[in-house]
Order: sequence, then C-alpha cells, then structure tokens
Amino acid sequence: MKKPSQFDAIVVGAGPSGNAAAYTMAKAGLKVLQIERGEYPGSKNVQGAILYSDALEKIIPDFRDDAPLERHIIEQRMWVLDDNSFVGTHYRSDDYNKPPYNRYTIIRAQFDKWFSSKVREAGALVICETTVNHLIMDGDQVVGVQCDREAGDVYADVVILADGVNSTLARKAGFHGEIQAGNVALAVKEILFLPEDTIRQRFNIGEEEGVVIEMLGKITDGMMGTGFLYTNKESLTIGVGCMLGDFKANPNKTSPYALLEQMKRHPSIAPLIEGGEMKEYAAHLIPEGGFYAVPQVYGNGWMIVGDSGGFVNAVHREGSNLAMTTGRLAAETAIAAKAGGKGYRADTLKAYKKALDESFVMKDLKKYRDMPQVFHENNQFFTTYPDLVSKAARTMLTVDGVDKKTKEREIFASFRQSRSLTGLVGDAVKLWRAIR
Amino acid sequence: MISVNVEEKLFQNRYRVDAGRPHIQIKKPEVCANDCVEKSCTHVCPASCYKAEGNGAVTLITDGCLECGSCRIICTEHANVNWEYPRGGHGILFKFG
Repeated sequence: MKKPSQFDAIVVGAGPSGNAAAYTMAKAGLKVLQIERGEYPGSKNVQGAILYSDALEKIIPDFRDDAPLERHIIEQRMWVLDDNSFVGTHYRSDDYNKPPYNRYTIIRAQFDKWFSSKVREAGALVICETTVNHLIMDGDQVVGVQCDREAGDVYADVVILADGVNSTLARKAGFHGEIQAGNVALAVKEILFLPEDTIRQRFNIGEEEGVVIEMLGKITDGMMGTGFLYTNKESLTIGVGCMLGDFKANPNKTSPYALLEQMKRHPSIAPLIEGGEMKEYAAHLIPEGGFYAVPQVYGNGWMIVGDSGGFVNAVHREGSNLAMTTGRLAAETAIAAKAGGKGYRADTLKAYKKALDESFVMKDLKKYRDMPQVFHENNQFFTTYPDLVSKAARTMLTVDGVDKKTKEREIFASFRQSRSLTGLVGDAVKLWRAIR
Repeated sequence: MISVNVEEKLFQNRYRVDAGRPHIQIKKPEVCANDCVEKSCTHVCPASCYKAEGNGAVTLITDGCLECGSCRIICTEHANVNWEYPRGGHGILFKFG
C-alpha cells in the first residue's frame, strides 16, 4: 500500500557521502530527512584520515572558514619496509604551503559533526540514534525506510543509501549480494596523543604543516596491504590494513591488533610515536574491489553513494573525496528528477550513473580496474620485493671493502634468485598494464 | 608475531552496550564446534569478540565490537553469523574515528 511521501528524499547515514547528498539537496530546497544510527554524526565513522579539498570545495566552497582541520600536508613519504629498515621516497614542497591547501589531516568525529551542522543549516532534518532496519518497497519501487523506533516507517520519493561499506540495506533488499572477502580491506588504527611541539620536532614541520607516511612491506606479514602514519595537530594516527581474505587465510593466524602492535615496534617507526598516549582503537572495512566490484548503484527510488557503493580508489588512497562526489552527483540527480516531474524510476535515476561515468570517480576506478586482481594474484609485491629492495640498498650503501661491481652482481643475483628473470619481467609488465 | 592483549586497547574506547540485546549472534553454535576447522573469526575479529574454547566451541561476546562486519563476510563456508547494526545510539561511540 503506497503511503504519501513525507519527504522528497531520505538519506541514510551521515558520513561524507550522506552529508554531501543531504546538504546539496537541502540547499536546492528539497525536503530532506537524514537518518544516522550514531549518537552524533561521526560516532560510527572511521578514516585515516586525509581530506582532499577539491571534492568538498565543490559542495562548500568556503569550508576552510570553520571546518575542523588538523594540518595541511606538505610532505608525503612512501616507505618500503623489511624487518629492520625502510627504503623511502619523500616529497616535500613549499608549493604545498601556499593556500588554498590541497589536503588536510582531519579527525572524523569532529569533521563529520561540523559537516552535519552545515546540513542542518541548509534545512535538512537530521535524526541521530536511529538505525534503519529495512527499505520499504511498494512493488519494485523503494518508497521509504523502516527505522528501529516506534512508528518508525518514513516515506519519501527517493532514498539515498549512504550507509557505509557493509551496505546493509541494499544487501537486505537484494540489490546486490554479500561483499567478497577479497574485495575489502580490514584496517585497524590508533590515535596517539603527543605534545604539539614534539610532533613538530619529530616531523620537522611548522605549526600547521603536516606529514603523511604510507608504508608497505614486512609490516603486513605477507598479506596484501599497507600501513600509514599521519600527523594531526596534537596527535598521530597510525594504522595498518590488509585484504580481509588474506587475514582469513593467514597461516600464522595473525590478528589485526598484533599486526598493528608489531608495526608500532618497528625500529623505523617506534621513535616517531614514542610516548604517544593511546586514546582510541578503531577498526573498519575499506571497499577495495575497485571498478569490477561496484554494484548496481541506482534503481526505482534509490541510489547508492560512498563506501556503500564501493567507491574507493585504493591505489591512490582516496575515498572520502569519491564519497562526497558520489553524494553530490546523486543529490543533483534527485534535484533534476524533482524538477523534471517524471518520478524517480530507474529510467530517470540512471542519470546518476552517467554523471559518475563522466566524473573522475569512475574514470579513475576504470583506469585501475585490473590492479586489485594483479596485486591479489601476485603478493610478491608486498613480500619479496620490499625485502629485495632493502637488501639492495644495504648491500650498496654498506662500505666494507667489496667493490661496487661485485655488489651490483650480488644484488642482481638476489633478484634473479627470488623472482627469476621471467618473473621479474612479467611483474613489470603486469604492473605496467594495470596502471597505464 | 607478538601476543597482544586487545582488551587494553578496547578499554580506551567508549561504548553504550545494549545490555541483553547482542546485535550479532552465532546462528548454530554446533556448526562452529563440529563443522568449522579454521574458526577464522577467532583471530580476524579486530576486537577479539570471538573466542575458541577448549572443547571446540566458539563463544561470542559483542560488548567490544567495533562494528566492522568482518566476521559476517569471512564466514563464507557456513554463513553462520547473524549480523545487524546495534539499535540506534548503541554500540561503539568513536570519540575521534
């Protein structure tokens, strides 16, 4: 039985994608209800976290005026680690010190609260502490949501699913199946508090400047994954994530928290975090299946945005910007649908997918479409190579009376021994094909 | 790999436990005890909510759950996990996220 709609749109979830969608629609005058299961927006959300300015600028151009930002990033380090060392590239540029800054570290609980305040200001009704259990269907059309409150059925013309990586609602409605363990990474992280001065000294940065370190190698115990260390104002976040399927299959039965603890004790990392007071431990899944894992993202009366749709560029460690962009594009589709007056059938909402395809979101996912598979089938990129690179550096840089030509031969022999010549060439080709 | 007491980490977190209403349940405990050899949930769960008991059983206490969803996804062979989010306002309450 079709009930009259109480809202133009319902948005489920108040993360970056849901907030972008709710804000954009409310700003355009739509009657919007946003439902969040946490005590406050952000209380269920986890991210590294890096905020890329561009995606938010397109929604709230003057966000820098009052958004809670930690540090703008002036230096990015990429480390490849073995047990005792790292080989790294650092890119630091004063160009990153000129406003408007390109990216910032943020603390999600604070940032999401701020974003949500903007959503309310724009005129949306935001309800927290409410879990949506199911979508309400009228035949093949989504017409509302059923919440875990008394009289919790609410009706709207269109429902935007911003309910996060588990994509619970679309799964229950049969819009797509269960997530594959090979398509998500399980990441754990801690926030460690340190005096601001200590952070500035250890990372060689000024008052508002920040450093990010991305890491791979021995720290993931043979699994496909990466680690990270980010500088906030008065804290560091340190984390590690590996494919969930790899955790499951790990012969050492390594737990995520043991992996993180081991990483914190690495001789290259420990001095940077020494004395940090741990104030929270978090875990979260990251959808890393890429292009081929993106499900059907629209239908009759519904659209999926953010992590719920698998919109993460794992290669470039981008997620929140894809989330905000997909939320904005879904909102613009809903706004156009209302203006068009032809209802919210899939036939109309397919404009959302078209907009996604024309944006960097699907273009980037498409570019790297084979990357997840290549890495998954070739875990030497996370095991053998980091070891070889470290050994090569150590061999070449240790002064011990052995001539350099002999050292070169030794290094080349170690590569050939571990991967064989065809293996090496094959790996190079695979990588090239996957990223070109 | 080093051994780590995850309880010490979870102790830093803020929770509002929905007492008596666990949001995740093992559907058939006998399946864990008799049919599942790997019991991957007991090492993969980042909050160590699942424990392998001496008699082969697996026990689940959801109080420290971080609501990631891993246990449901990895239980592919037996699909033995009933997984829902906690009621609104309950469960983990991230201070920083």
